[in-house]
Amino acid sequence: MSSITMNPSANPADAPIAFYDLDEHDHPDGGSTMLGFWIYLMSDCLIFAILFACYGVLGGNYAAGPSPRDLFDLPLVALNTSMLLFSSITYGFAMLAMAKGRTRDTLVWLAITGLFGAAFLGIELYEFAHLIHEGATPQRSAFLSAFFTLVGTHGLHVTFGIVWLVTLMIQVGRKGLIPANQRRLMCLSLFWHFLDVIWIGVFTFVYLMGMLR
Amino acid sequence: MPPHPVTELSPIFGRLSLASLPLHEPILIATFAAVAVGGAALLGALTYFRVWGYLWKEWFTSVDHKKIGIMYMILGLVMFLRGFADAIMMRLQQAMAFGGSEGYLNAHHYDQVFTAHGVIMIFFVAMPLVTGIMNYVVPLQIGARDVSFPFLNNFSFWMTTSGAVLVMVSLFIGEFARTGWLAYPPLSGIGYSPEVGVDYYIWGLQVAGVGTTLSGINLIATIVKLRAPGMSMMKLPVFTWTSLCTNVLIVASFPVLTAVLALLSLDRYVGTNFFTNDFGGSPMMYVNLIWIWGHPEVYILILPLFGVFSEVTSTFSDKRLFGYTSMVYATLVITILSYVVWLHHFFTMGSGASVNSFFGITTMVISIPTGAKLFNWLFTMYRGRIRFEPPMMWTIAFMLTFTVGGMTGVLLAVPPADFVLHNSLFLIAHFHNVIIGGVLFGLFAAINYWWPKAFGFKLDEFWGKVSFWFWVVGFWFAFMPLYILGLMGVTRRMRVFDDPSLQIWFVIAAFGAVLIAAGIGAMLVQFYVSFRKRDQLRDVTGDPWGGRTLEWATSSPPPEYNFAFTPVVHDLDAWYDMKRRNAARPLEGFRPIHMPRGTGTGVILAGLSTAFGFAMVWYIWWLAAISFVGILVVAIGHTFNYKRDFHIPAETVAATEAERTRALAATGA
Amino acid sequence: MSASTHHDGHGHDHGAHGAHGAHDAHDDGSHGSLRDYLIGFGLSVVLTAIPFWLVMARPFADGPTALAIMAFAVIQIVVHMVYFLHMNGKAEGGWTMMALIFTIIVVAITMTGSLWVMFHLNANMMPVHDMSQMP
Repeated sequence: MSSITMNPSANPADAPIAFYDLDEHDHPDGGSTMLGFWIYLMSDCLIFAILFACYGVLGGNYAAGPSPRDLFDLPLVALNTSMLLFSSITYGFAMLAMAKGRTRDTLVWLAITGLFGAAFLGIELYEFAHLIHEGATPQRSAFLSAFFTLVGTHGLHVTFGIVWLVTLMIQVGRKGLIPANQRRLMCLSLFWHFLDVIWIGVFTFVYLMGMLR
Repeated sequence: MPPHPVTELSPIFGRLSLASLPLHEPILIATFAAVAVGGAALLGALTYFRVWGYLWKEWFTSVDHKKIGIMYMILGLVMFLRGFADAIMMRLQQAMAFGGSEGYLNAHHYDQVFTAHGVIMIFFVAMPLVTGIMNYVVPLQIGARDVSFPFLNNFSFWMTTSGAVLVMVSLFIGEFARTGWLAYPPLSGIGYSPEVGVDYYIWGLQVAGVGTTLSGINLIATIVKLRAPGMSMMKLPVFTWTSLCTNVLIVASFPVLTAVLALLSLDRYVGTNFFTNDFGGSPMMYVNLIWIWGHPEVYILILPLFGVFSEVTSTFSDKRLFGYTSMVYATLVITILSYVVWLHHFFTMGSGASVNSFFGITTMVISIPTGAKLFNWLFTMYRGRIRFEPPMMWTIAFMLTFTVGGMTGVLLAVPPADFVLHNSLFLIAHFHNVIIGGVLFGLFAAINYWWPKAFGFKLDEFWGKVSFWFWVVGFWFAFMPLYILGLMGVTRRMRVFDDPSLQIWFVIAAFGAVLIAAGIGAMLVQFYVSFRKRDQLRDVTGDPWGGRTLEWATSSPPPEYNFAFTPVVHDLDAWYDMKRRNAARPLEGFRPIHMPRGTGTGVILAGLSTAFGFAMVWYIWWLAAISFVGILVVAIGHTFNYKRDFHIPAETVAATEAERTRALAATGA
Repeated sequence: MSASTHHDGHGHDHGAHGAHGAHDAHDDGSHGSLRDYLIGFGLSVVLTAIPFWLVMARPFADGPTALAIMAFAVIQIVVHMVYFLHMNGKAEGGWTMMALIFTIIVVAITMTGSLWVMFHLNANMMPVHDMSQMP
């Protein structure tokens, strides 16, 4: 760093101290993005925490209606969980391809991830439709309100993630793996894995614990 | 499940109809007439002077943190006039309604007034004003050129405005909530509040909340990532420290509000049973969750102002702040502790002695770091050369006023005492004491302090002092009677009274409100007079107060790029250090400066959000769907624009800096 | 599956990232390697299968089962954090770790606090069956 010298009437034996960065380089584009997105994810965590807290407090209030044991289909949930877990690993493969600069492979893995995500959603919608058909609607009891809202909010996040994924596939397809697109893919990566983390909480505290209540 | 109470829906207008207009309320018709005339005059003037293009290009679409900060302040001050009008209406009603008189406001109206007063003052006055000063000052204090996410900053501002618009529209189309500012169920549920008021409340806050949360993320990233070289965390200016903690609180509390309001809206729209009385719901859970947000919220409001007081005390005592390290730790402790006190807002709901004792103790503990800060300010003043200019006057008024309010807070923290005083006027007096004494006086100090930086001229001192004395005296007249009334057992939010011996106190309080109104008037006069006299009040050096932090190193107002060269920091009070060691401004070698480009996307997204909120309030489903899809399309479309920046040419920078050099030379510097 | 996505690379190959410009400045191990992803995946499968089996087959009593599945959840979350989210104390100067810890603390306070408070409120305030005692 070159420097501006102090007032020459000050002690000339002192080495000049820099008060201004005369040689500065621009802040790298998007240097705050990963931290900013991570902080956003923490805030999203809190929303889920409130929904979990509601489920914890209200989840035993069946209002003489159906309880988890009457409703939950664990093999279906296991299938769902595996769809999401597969989608996580395929997104990981997409990131590895991105790191190698392989645009086509990245797009292929993203597409597969999207399909697994869509499978997850499809199974979940099927489960919801079945529950509602059985009369276990969100309005039936506080337990069901909390259940549908918590699981449904997670599903909405997955939906939004898929919309984002498709958008990114178009953008990568058009502009390639430029730094801006790589940042976006990294953000979606954080988002996607984070949704899988939330799902661990969901299948444990809602479905598995529900069967134990 | 009981059927949804609203059954008459027009496919085009939802439940909106001519009956939604309050044509039978003379006060509202008069207000609407005034707003319509004034608004038309304003819009007409803007059109006549052809400033729309300028406003759009230079202000509305700007991503410059300085402009956005100023727009937040304007929003906050405009909404303050509305919120204060509500206050005057309440004081007048309560002073009148004795001896059989019903006053001039019926319950339907009065209940909306006190609800709107609280919602507006917290969400659309205090939050925007606090966000405005943080936005303006923090990047300058850390030697940066803008915040980390300039577009998001612009978007956040417009979302806050969008929320304010929804609340203001409720005055003329439909009605507002009648539930109090926190809208507890079951009263706020669809069964007891089937009308649009609570829906306006929910959507106004949800839309504004998006803006606030994003702003929190933005400022944290800014402070962490964009500090000037050499500015380690323990060399951060105190205002930046308090801003950091405030934004951490925002990010860690507003999601709670978002979730709780979403659950309330599910109960209202879909018929879920989170907070209902039957089918397993629990209204107490709402109270619990809303205060998990609500308590950190009040620290969000006060912490930045604690930072302001630190800056002002140090500058106007001509002395380094005493106990910087303990100030930082006190702020951090307050931040953490603010999460473990929330139950003190509902001691009386029945959680029992063990729970109440725990929260009572934590509430008392949190007063300790605040006290430490106060002592640090006093020690800073001790043996300083104190200048009693308006920012310092507001600070001293704060110290006296806030201390009293804090003490009544500690009193309320004792659960048995709170059983008598909960929801009495004592509580109202307490929180107005700390909010006005702390937040508002702090904002006035901040406005007087940083106004010259933002606009290039100081505020008129005479009218500043007039405003100050009316405010301070007015505050004490307005709220001390409320402490007395509260101790005598008077409940909050009452519209009519039976006991004639209470009336005198309400009259005194109304008198205080009139004094405050004079104070507000004097402040508006101050703005006007200062603008007219701006050449005499001009700040030529950029450092009118002898400041210590980096914002004073720039011209007043700063150039678009803030700093031609990023400063290098060596010590706390970086600007003071530079002055002390005769750091010379670079006069050549300027480079092109990389800046973010403005955009209209934020305005458009917020406009669509207003439409969406309005549609959801009135059950106009087609409009809700279209505006929601529109939001997604515009937002996604925006991401296809990769060209969001430009460079300010080196010649422009050189010319601007040369201009500054001439100005400084003319002052004999 | 393209063969090129399988490789013998162990650990993290910095050289492959040279082309990524600005990304380099923040390149501190924030990508995983194939090995990391496969280990994470493998562990996750196991840590999911066991809890599901414990609840579906019920070899143990409910109490210990509940504790076990909660423990497995916590462990699997850590696995996700490390192997998929590449959580480490050095990313972003330690700020992401600090943000995570702060969030965990707030989440813990919110959840335990709410459960504790609501439990007491319900115990004290919810109506008992005998309504004749109500005023």
